[in-house]
Amino acid sequence: MTDAANDTLCVVIEREMPFPPQKIWRALTQPHLIEEWLMKNDFDPVVGHRFNLRADWGAVDCRVLAVEANKTLSYSWDAYGLASVVTWTLTPTDTGTRLRMEQTGFRPDQQQAYQGAQGGWPRFLAALDKVVARRD
Amino acid sequence: MRAEPTAVLKTLGDPTRRALFERLSREGELTVCALTAPSGVSQPAVSKHLNCLKQAGLVRDRRHGRETYYRAMPEGLTPLFDWLKCFATFWQGRFDRLDDLLQRMDP
Repeated sequence: MTDAANDTLCVVIEREMPFPPQKIWRALTQPHLIEEWLMKNDFDPVVGHRFNLRADWGAVDCRVLAVEANKTLSYSWDAYGLASVVTWTLTPTDTGTRLRMEQTGFRPDQQQAYQGAQGGWPRFLAALDKVVARRD
Repeated sequence: MRAEPTAVLKTLGDPTRRALFERLSREGELTVCALTAPSGVSQPAVSKHLNCLKQAGLVRDRRHGRETYYRAMPEGLTPLFDWLKCFATFWQGRFDRLDDLLQRMDP
């Protein structure tokens, strides 16, 4: 099975939330709401849109990779010279929504010498445990 | 973001070094010769890669007679794991804030 999310190094946070997906989606995609819980930003839920997340300690360069309203949102997350991808998944439940955040594919960024190695990363990283923080 | 994983990521970013580290993790202690045989890389190149892994704290060597034995040091991966834990902690905090916000938002 080739599930990209499963054969790479990743951080997964999953939490049950007593709110409908539509409401959580607004908090994940409207800039003034994103700012309240994440960081200052110029987000726009359009595939290909480039944006920054800004905090006191610096900025994160991002690009929207996938948008499916109320279901899934994915963007690249490049900071500290390391590239990764953040993917949000919203699954409706009887009592609200199971919200999952997966940050995957941590690898050195913008370093020519390592470009060729990227294809091999998943194989090595498959051997490492995921860091899963779950709180229902 | 306390831990600094860059050295480990850079070291293991090279496919040959990564293969050597994986093999030592799997098979235990091996000589440079044993590591060279199936790698398709020359012995001096293997030695050079092993030295990089050693500098990064990912392998340790031991001389016995004319042979040098290498073994993997899994604890060398700790900066990588610590760094990932930092991310997990970061996101847990953001989830808490998101939860607060959702409670304050209009339905």
